[in-house]
Amino acid sequence: MSTHTDSHQPLDPAKWYDLFSRGARDWLRHDEKVRDSVRRHLPQIVAGGDLITGGARTVRVPMKMLEHYHFRLRKAEESQGAGQGKVKPGDVFADPSQTGGSGEKGPGGREEGEVQLLLELKIDDIVDWLWEEMQLPNLKARVGPSEETEWVREGWDRRGARSRLDRRRSFKELVKRRGAPGAIPTFTDEDLRFRQLARRRQPAVRAAVFFLLDVSGSMSDRDRKLAKTFFFWTVQGLRREYRSLETLFVAHTTEAWEFSEPEFFQVSGSGGTVASTGFAKVNEIIHERYNPATCNVYLFYASDGDNSMSDSAEAREGLAAIAADACFTGYVEVSSGLSRQLDTETGRLFAELGAAGGATGSYALNDFEDVWSAVRHFFSAESRAAEGA
Amino acid sequence: MSEAVWQDYVERIEALAARSGLSFHPVEFEAVPDSFMMEIAVYGLPVRMPHWSFGVRYIYQLIQRHMGHSRLFEVVFPGNPGHAYLASGNGLAENVLVTAHVLGHADFSRNNMLFQRCQAQVSEHIVEHAANHARQIQQAIETHGLQRVEAVLDAALALEQHIDIDQSLRRSRYPEFAEPAKALADDKFRKRFAALEPRAGAAGPEAKKRAPVPPHPERDLLWFVAQYAPEMESWERDIFLAVREESFYFYPVFATQIMNEGWASYWHARLLREADFIPQQAYVDAIKCHSDVVRPVAADSQVALGLNPYHLGFSMWEKIVEAQGLEAALAIRAQDDDFAFVRNHLTRELADELELFRYSARDGQIRVLEPDLAALHEVILAPKYNFGAPTVMAQHVRADGTLELVHDHSLDGRGLDLERSRKVLDYLQRLWRRPVLLTTVNQAGLVLELSAP
Repeated sequence: MSTHTDSHQPLDPAKWYDLFSRGARDWLRHDEKVRDSVRRHLPQIVAGGDLITGGARTVRVPMKMLEHYHFRLRKAEESQGAGQGKVKPGDVFADPSQTGGSGEKGPGGREEGEVQLLLELKIDDIVDWLWEEMQLPNLKARVGPSEETEWVREGWDRRGARSRLDRRRSFKELVKRRGAPGAIPTFTDEDLRFRQLARRRQPAVRAAVFFLLDVSGSMSDRDRKLAKTFFFWTVQGLRREYRSLETLFVAHTTEAWEFSEPEFFQVSGSGGTVASTGFAKVNEIIHERYNPATCNVYLFYASDGDNSMSDSAEAREGLAAIAADACFTGYVEVSSGLSRQLDTETGRLFAELGAAGGATGSYALNDFEDVWSAVRHFFSAESRAAEGA
Repeated sequence: MSEAVWQDYVERIEALAARSGLSFHPVEFEAVPDSFMMEIAVYGLPVRMPHWSFGVRYIYQLIQRHMGHSRLFEVVFPGNPGHAYLASGNGLAENVLVTAHVLGHADFSRNNMLFQRCQAQVSEHIVEHAANHARQIQQAIETHGLQRVEAVLDAALALEQHIDIDQSLRRSRYPEFAEPAKALADDKFRKRFAALEPRAGAAGPEAKKRAPVPPHPERDLLWFVAQYAPEMESWERDIFLAVREESFYFYPVFATQIMNEGWASYWHARLLREADFIPQQAYVDAIKCHSDVVRPVAADSQVALGLNPYHLGFSMWEKIVEAQGLEAALAIRAQDDDFAFVRNHLTRELADELELFRYSARDGQIRVLEPDLAALHEVILAPKYNFGAPTVMAQHVRADGTLELVHDHSLDGRGLDLERSRKVLDYLQRLWRRPVLLTTVNQAGLVLELSAP
């Protein structure tokens, strides 16, 4: 049957919709696959830039279009082709497919340009997505003996401030009373009802998260970046639970200092490792600014594990003091070169704490791919600890 | 333009084409929106199986269209009847041209032997078959889930060029047992030999020998995997065979592109010239459109590093008809494919006239090479060998089910792209469900074995 647009052809909308949607359908499927692959590589993707508490709540991810692979020959160093135009044997010109620019007199191109997608992802979405995907446990905020209180409504009284007069309730009383024979038809003081407030204790939902980083000479840039990536995702996970979350950054070598976030990740120290200085600093901040009874304290410590031998006793003491106040302490060993699997001075310190019944966990983080397993490990350990508590 | 006017033109052009010596099955014309034209270009068939890789092509096609690089006037599917889709945005002149062009294609696909042979395998209803495959795959997605079906399509479509066109579409499995050794000729020497050594001649009841799988290196990977994968499920095999059937359909389109497009262009030009019933203005417009279609790539930039197959084919057919007559041209369109066509009919004179040249590209430099006709033929044809894919063959299946593939690097001139090959092995391994190995050579020409997992 021959047709033309000018003619009236009854179109079956369902049929046409199906036909039109095919390209778009496969396009969407492609984009879905791109997102899947972004998801798989998130830890690496967010390893750059200061993302932890910064204002930017989105990450931008440049992506290539996916390629469906076929067997192809290796690119030849020298390839031959056929062309058309006025040339003489021996003529030489620049290959437009390599220079990229299209010169005015240059020959027409040989290959298509490459298309890049720029995905913008909301960090909150990523986190929700990951938590569901990886079935990470949600933390339970610990409700300690808390002094924090709040006024809540509770019942009515015949006396009270005018601002708390409950008109509806008062009117009901009037109606009830008028039902009786010989009653006064207007409002009396007897009818008025006032809302009452009572003090109620609120669970502590504040949290202070300490990130303690070993910046001694033995920590490489890569180690620090690993630690940073881990810290980032940890803090995102904790944010899901706590309305107000404060992050504190402490770095130590043989001394310890508190830093702001941007400074924190640029710090590079030198010299030895004395973990107890870091623990002492954390203890100091806890006691100065927070009441462990009303505030959930978390400590995450990243180090390569090479604590000075002479510091053992002091570090143990410092850590025990923190553990007494904190909901959870975590130790992540970043030793990209060696995988000693926590068989280090600091590793043993945390292992002892765990053996003594402290809420703690340790993980050896060697590669960016492990960041997620590390986060999962800590959150599982923490939720177990919370259940036990 | 009203429906009736164009309908009238179609009939008169058809009659004119038949009088001029073309023979074709009836063609059903349908006007469709541009977006649908674009999808046909992406999928190669009006309704085809879903796969994300088509989505990638679709995006590229969208970009191309937005940049105004490409415009599609028609797509035609051979068959009886043939289906031709015309862009509904075409004007009268364009549609007149396109109608003539489509009839050229219809004649070509009916009479060319390669088309005939493949069509005999695939049937004349590939459009319907492909739609049916799409439906089957949709059902498979509902039954087995998108992930599993996609894994099958990832592998099958990655191997879509790896078929053996010389074998039957409905090819049966290898004979299970090796053929018994041929009986020795009973000549004088044999008799004397048997007399000398009685035991050697005594033919006992010979045990049947199981034939190795495959008995020879196998190029038809889609078929081989579908038949011999140790643990493939039947619906997975069906998908492999569906992809293979579509490849059988695509092969002649691919292997006769220069001839076929040239032939259709030649005929639309000729039929337009002879169609005295077309108004003058429409004729002029149509000829303008024709010269856009068969324009050499080099028209804008003086020198192009590629050829327009329409232009090359069109010029060759004009020369052939001029020099050898229509009868000879009709015989050539029946017998040749692009390999024979280019080698036999792209002459020195024509190559010079069209200013074709060979070049070598190295380190960002293009160097124009000395004219050499045979070498020029080969450069034009090189991307067309083996359906445009490297020669990868199944060589052996080990006792534990491990599949050994081998790449014939001596034939292709160099080794495989290792990264891509690994990915293809990964796709394949998920279906073969045993290790898959591939032998090729690296940059230094040393033998290299890739494996998945």
